[in-house]
Amino acid sequence: MVGVNEVKWTPTLIELARKPDYFLPGHRMCAGCAAPVIVKLTLKALPDPDNVVVVNATGCLEVASTIYPYTSWKRPWIHNAFENAAATASGVEAAFKALKAKGVWKGDLPTVVVFGGDGGTYDIGLQSLSGALERGHKLIYVLYDNEAYMNTGIQRCSSTPQYAATTTTPAGRVIPGKPEWKKPIGFIVAAHHNVYVATVNPYFWADFVKKIRAAAEYEGPAFIHAISVCPRGWRHESKLTMTISRLATETCLHPLWEFDPETREYRITDRSLYIAKHPDKKVPVEEYLKLQGRFRHLFKPVRRDHLIKEIQEKVDKEWEYLLRLAGFK
Amino acid sequence: MVAEQVEMLLNGDFAVAWAWKHVEPDVVAAFPITPQTLIVEKFSEFVANGEVRTQFVSVESEHSAISAMVGAAAAGARAATATAANGLQLMHEILYIVSSMRLPVMLGVANRAVSGPINIHCDHTDAMGQRDAGWIMIFTEDAQEAYDTTIQAFKIAENPEILLPIMVNLDGFLISHTAMNVKVFKDPKVVKDFVGETRPVPKIKLMGEEVELSLNPRNPIPVTFGPFAYYDYYFEFKRQQIEAMKKVPDVVERVNDEYYEISGRKYGNGRVVPWNVDDADIVAVVMGSAAGTMRYVARKYRERGVKIGILRVRMFRPFPWRDLQELLRGKEVVAVFDRTQDQGVMGGPLFLETLAALYYLDDRPRNVVNYVFGLGGRDFPPELVEKVFDELIRIKDGKEKPFVKKYVGVRE
Repeated sequence: MVGVNEVKWTPTLIELARKPDYFLPGHRMCAGCAAPVIVKLTLKALPDPDNVVVVNATGCLEVASTIYPYTSWKRPWIHNAFENAAATASGVEAAFKALKAKGVWKGDLPTVVVFGGDGGTYDIGLQSLSGALERGHKLIYVLYDNEAYMNTGIQRCSSTPQYAATTTTPAGRVIPGKPEWKKPIGFIVAAHHNVYVATVNPYFWADFVKKIRAAAEYEGPAFIHAISVCPRGWRHESKLTMTISRLATETCLHPLWEFDPETREYRITDRSLYIAKHPDKKVPVEEYLKLQGRFRHLFKPVRRDHLIKEIQEKVDKEWEYLLRLAGFK
Repeated sequence: MVAEQVEMLLNGDFAVAWAWKHVEPDVVAAFPITPQTLIVEKFSEFVANGEVRTQFVSVESEHSAISAMVGAAAAGARAATATAANGLQLMHEILYIVSSMRLPVMLGVANRAVSGPINIHCDHTDAMGQRDAGWIMIFTEDAQEAYDTTIQAFKIAENPEILLPIMVNLDGFLISHTAMNVKVFKDPKVVKDFVGETRPVPKIKLMGEEVELSLNPRNPIPVTFGPFAYYDYYFEFKRQQIEAMKKVPDVVERVNDEYYEISGRKYGNGRVVPWNVDDADIVAVVMGSAAGTMRYVARKYRERGVKIGILRVRMFRPFPWRDLQELLRGKEVVAVFDRTQDQGVMGGPLFLETLAALYYLDDRPRNVVNYVFGLGGRDFPPELVEKVFDELIRIKDGKEKPFVKKYVGVRE
């Protein structure tokens, strides 16, 4: 069995905070951006954070953390291009295996951690990701999903939620934001069958770090899907980041679950498990939407109930689907 | 001392695979494309039989192949891949990143025409599309040279003064699938001693500490590879690459000489391979397997007293313009042969760069002409070479007007 139940590590927040940081201050990520929180939690959760190589796809995180001649990375780090972080990581992993076989590298192989945004993962990097997963490279791929091409200025991505306004799906007089539903990346990755897959939310940090541990302990590839709130692109005040992050899970838009590649089971975890057991605790999606400017056209100048209702119905349907997968129905 | 060698019947692709076997790179990542496939098939056999300790990563595209090379080489590994045509085009984006990160990756290219229309046979358009990517580019003439050059390539690229990726080109089918007796080293240790058992990873000073220029997590200061460089530093990155490239001609010559010591074989000065150029009135400048056909024909013309020479350009990047200046000054006719598409330009890339080199001479050749030949694997047989040579003789004798560019072997 692979997953959070197997992890014998339950750190307190103070213990986590006291662990050294490997992502250092001075970077130029926006105030309120969740990505640095995701990076710090990931690196702090690793069992051997000294023996790590980080691979980063092109994106906000890469651009804002390594403006030459500065770097925020206190771990070996490499950025290659947009669509090939997983392939680059394959090469890193294969290299250390070969160097170990030749006796050049001694001791445990480094953990290879990849950080990729939604553009570099859902869209342009999907092929490279699928290839690396299929080949079974031991790597932890962390997707920080801020639901649009934020680095280039908030353009639509296949991870953008329905009816969100972006600069390429503006809320127009005819088309109210992005017409399509969000691509189910977690299920696509889980369909590879050899991958430990988990969704995480930085607000639910205890679940987050356990899943990183579970990923590190699994001998094959792991894929961690983190929701990454973006004040700039989602159009809200920076101080609301963690509130909106929490609501993403409480509304079941970003439910917390994991896929066990050994038993092929989907398991719902943490707050989502609580909601599965207490359906009345599920928060209406409107509570999440109304805080964000990217959904403002659903409320102003006139309230568009049918669109809000449509989103709610789809979220309910997806949640029901997950409950069935996880054996709740 | 020349080491013991055995003769094997090998085509060019197998010759590259055997060179890899003897070098034993740490990581090979590749995707199949005709006419490169035999390289990776043969090498996969070596892997499957446990004859090499290389990690063979069978990637899902050429883009991922070259991307994996970046990761592997940055991790300090010796990394090699091979491709052709559209596969090389798909790598294009990353080729610039490899050279910018100063990663000594070895790339074998079985030169093939680029789509469309789709075609699997030889021309140099695929490689020429990458000529500004900051790679060292060497064009071989036959399977023996493909073996020898593949071994040399690692030593050239990994030289701490250089640290640039290297592309070893072999004509698709004409070399890649054409078998000949190839001398290979009997004891792979000879090759290992030549290139080094493992890649020499350079040390750099970083914040007062000596660190390995790699992703090694045990470095006292971890290294960031592939940062974001604005207008305040990007230019300097490029300038340093240019400086490294300047040192390549000497290193290529030195490695060519050192290889001669162990193999008994050398290829001109490593950069250009002249054949009867010194006393020639007419010189044909060419790359790849066509040089052999040309020498074969030129030999007959020499017997008839025609002073014709063949200058094979072996190293295309960095372009050996000083060698060309030295060898071509004062000639009556210089004919440059491009096996490359030349859309919307005065001539092919080999022609244009030769022309540029010659411009600075006081005693420029009297006539410089360009022939484009052999696109998409179109045959370039001795009869066609004879027609061309006859034309060059007429130009030399003033019986025919010189021209800028002609196409040979095509229906007009």
